[in-house]
Amino acid sequence: MTILNFNLNSIQYWQTLPPDWPGEFWWHWLVFTVIIIGFVLLLVMGFIYIERRGMGRMQARLGPNRTGPFGLLQPVADAIKILLKEDIVPTKADKLVHWLAPVIAFAPVLMVFAVVPFQNGAVLADLNIGILYVVAISSVTTVGIFMAGWGSSNKYSLLGAMRSVAAVVSYEIPLVLTIASVVLIVGSLSLNQIVLAQDIPFILLQPLGFLLYFIAGCAEINRSPFDLFEADSEIVAGFHTEYSGMKFALFYLAEYAEALAISAIITTLFLAGWRGPLLPPWLWFTLKVIIVFFVMVWTRTTLPRVRIDQLMALAWKFLLPLALINLLITGIEVLTLPAALPWVMILANFAIMVLLVLLWSKFFRLGGGRVEV
Amino acid sequence: MALRTEPFVLNVGPVHPSTHGVFRMRATLDGEVIVNIEPVFGYLHRGIEKLAEERTYSGIIPLTDRLDYLASMSNNLAYVLAVEKLAEIEVPERAEYLRVIMVELQRIASHLIGVGSFLNDCGAFFTPFLYMFREREKVVDMLDMVSGQRLTYNYMRIGGVSQDIPDEFLPALDKFLKQMPGFIDEYDQLLKENEILLARAKGVGILPKELAINISASGPVLRGSGVKWDIRKADPYSVYDRFEFDIPTGTVGDCYDRYRVRVEEMRQSLRIIKQAMEQLPPGAVRSEVPHLLRPPVGEAYGHIESPKGELGFYLVSDNSIAPYRCHIRAPSLINLTALRDMMIGWKIADAIIIFGSIDVCMGEIDR
Repeated sequence: MTILNFNLNSIQYWQTLPPDWPGEFWWHWLVFTVIIIGFVLLLVMGFIYIERRGMGRMQARLGPNRTGPFGLLQPVADAIKILLKEDIVPTKADKLVHWLAPVIAFAPVLMVFAVVPFQNGAVLADLNIGILYVVAISSVTTVGIFMAGWGSSNKYSLLGAMRSVAAVVSYEIPLVLTIASVVLIVGSLSLNQIVLAQDIPFILLQPLGFLLYFIAGCAEINRSPFDLFEADSEIVAGFHTEYSGMKFALFYLAEYAEALAISAIITTLFLAGWRGPLLPPWLWFTLKVIIVFFVMVWTRTTLPRVRIDQLMALAWKFLLPLALINLLITGIEVLTLPAALPWVMILANFAIMVLLVLLWSKFFRLGGGRVEV
Repeated sequence: MALRTEPFVLNVGPVHPSTHGVFRMRATLDGEVIVNIEPVFGYLHRGIEKLAEERTYSGIIPLTDRLDYLASMSNNLAYVLAVEKLAEIEVPERAEYLRVIMVELQRIASHLIGVGSFLNDCGAFFTPFLYMFREREKVVDMLDMVSGQRLTYNYMRIGGVSQDIPDEFLPALDKFLKQMPGFIDEYDQLLKENEILLARAKGVGILPKELAINISASGPVLRGSGVKWDIRKADPYSVYDRFEFDIPTGTVGDCYDRYRVRVEEMRQSLRIIKQAMEQLPPGAVRSEVPHLLRPPVGEAYGHIESPKGELGFYLVSDNSIAPYRCHIRAPSLINLTALRDMMIGWKIADAIIIFGSIDVCMGEIDR
């Protein structure tokens, strides 16, 4: 089992070197870039497999099982199929924007992983503002999505793109606020420090924060029940209606890589990242990421989709107030409670979560939405 | 500075994942809000009414299979009822009971698809749809036993049904009757109180009672609006007057009510089948009818409560072997006329589920 004993820490000595040491810095950079690209591509393929097979099971069917043992090669077959397709560009499309959009949508997702620690210190760049960097970079994807919607010169695409921008702008706020309450406890923005601080996983200290982050994260990366940007039953395929071939493959990849990124951030922020007994840290990390992703697949097969005004109402009337209250309570707790008594905080926060969610859902009603025209 | 915005036209269809066939809605949108909507159909026109004028009376039955292809048994029945009325043909009692069983099974199958695709339009990614299909499969298997077909059954004949049921049919039906209520309850439990479904469907696409009557809507669309009108009770055909069942109705006439009515109707259909199975008499299943039937000069209108609504066949005979005129009252088409009134002011996402809640079948609309 040499692969299990493979220890990223053995290449950790670069961390001790000053960053202005050019040769070593580039070496470190190269190794981690390769690791990240390999990790993302492999896990995206794994995700596609999990999603297709898992969804098949949940939908009382088998799912793809013809390619390789248990259909394991299905993602490969999918990739080959997509890559061999003709690349069609609509006549009236804005050619440059249409061409650039998939790249702009995909590149930032890959860049998120630069600060995600796979193991203690095993990270491309242990930025001291890591989580801020994640928030900043991950929103750039929306620009790519809007470019795709606009550049395709298709009304369905434009509708999807408009929804995407509206949703991301709204959901960014509760997302950042929940991150802020985690940062309050840790006192550092570095993702590695956040993991190191989690002797107790923050899902216990911040149950409401986890819930809000998961919901807002799902909305931001276009996962059901918030998959409005490409709502297949309404606007065909949303922003990527007019895409085919390699460009579509990039969007497809970006979609799953985004899910991977959000799962990785959730794992790092709330599930104690790479920490865990017995198994090597990178395996713990991967396992947790897969579990978080599986929950996303689960909601996708279970829930109907919300409408755009309901999506916005949920962000502004439900998630935002709760995130603010959560931030306030966490602040008070950090100031007043002794750090030696985490159990008080856990119990208090669970009670507060249950109370708040129940109370708020009494006042909060979706529905209606007719406009006089 | 005020931004200048203008409405734009979005063609939903003819090829679109949620138009249930080749249907097109020309929607004028203000952002996401529907300002005007104009249904365009006719993409599936096959001239069935005209074709019927060139065929013998019994040769038209396969054509009726292709109307509402999700409920061909019902189409068969509506047509043969019209011909039997026209030519005054007696039907053996066993055949009447078999017809009722088949048509009610068909109603369950059709409503399963109606409910499943409605939920699919709501965005529940194929899960309810595939579960509904699993149940429908059992119905289709049973109808396959009696007719040898899975979609276009061609089972009814003028003066009866094509053949008696095979031995394995009744045990299969019995098993189905035992299993199905549990499945309906389970799915109902999963979806009835679903917060997102309630938010999406409750109060959306309201069809007021008066309007529903005025446009002569029928079927679950009419009953969803709270009108207790069911041809099985209002003008009993076949042997429906011998069975006990309720007519489920909605209260406000929104998408959710129409969905609930369909679910309840499945339960009522199971009740009818159960009674019909217990009362099923022995005997012949088909009376002697000449192959080249020449009904006396005259006209007849036979109508039934098909899964989608009132399905009627209007036949005019000139004493030849083919009808002089055959007109089909397709419930989907007439229910569809309420589309504009239901959709204006709602968003494009609602338009999709409103259309889904009418549960149309394009084969019937364009015929």
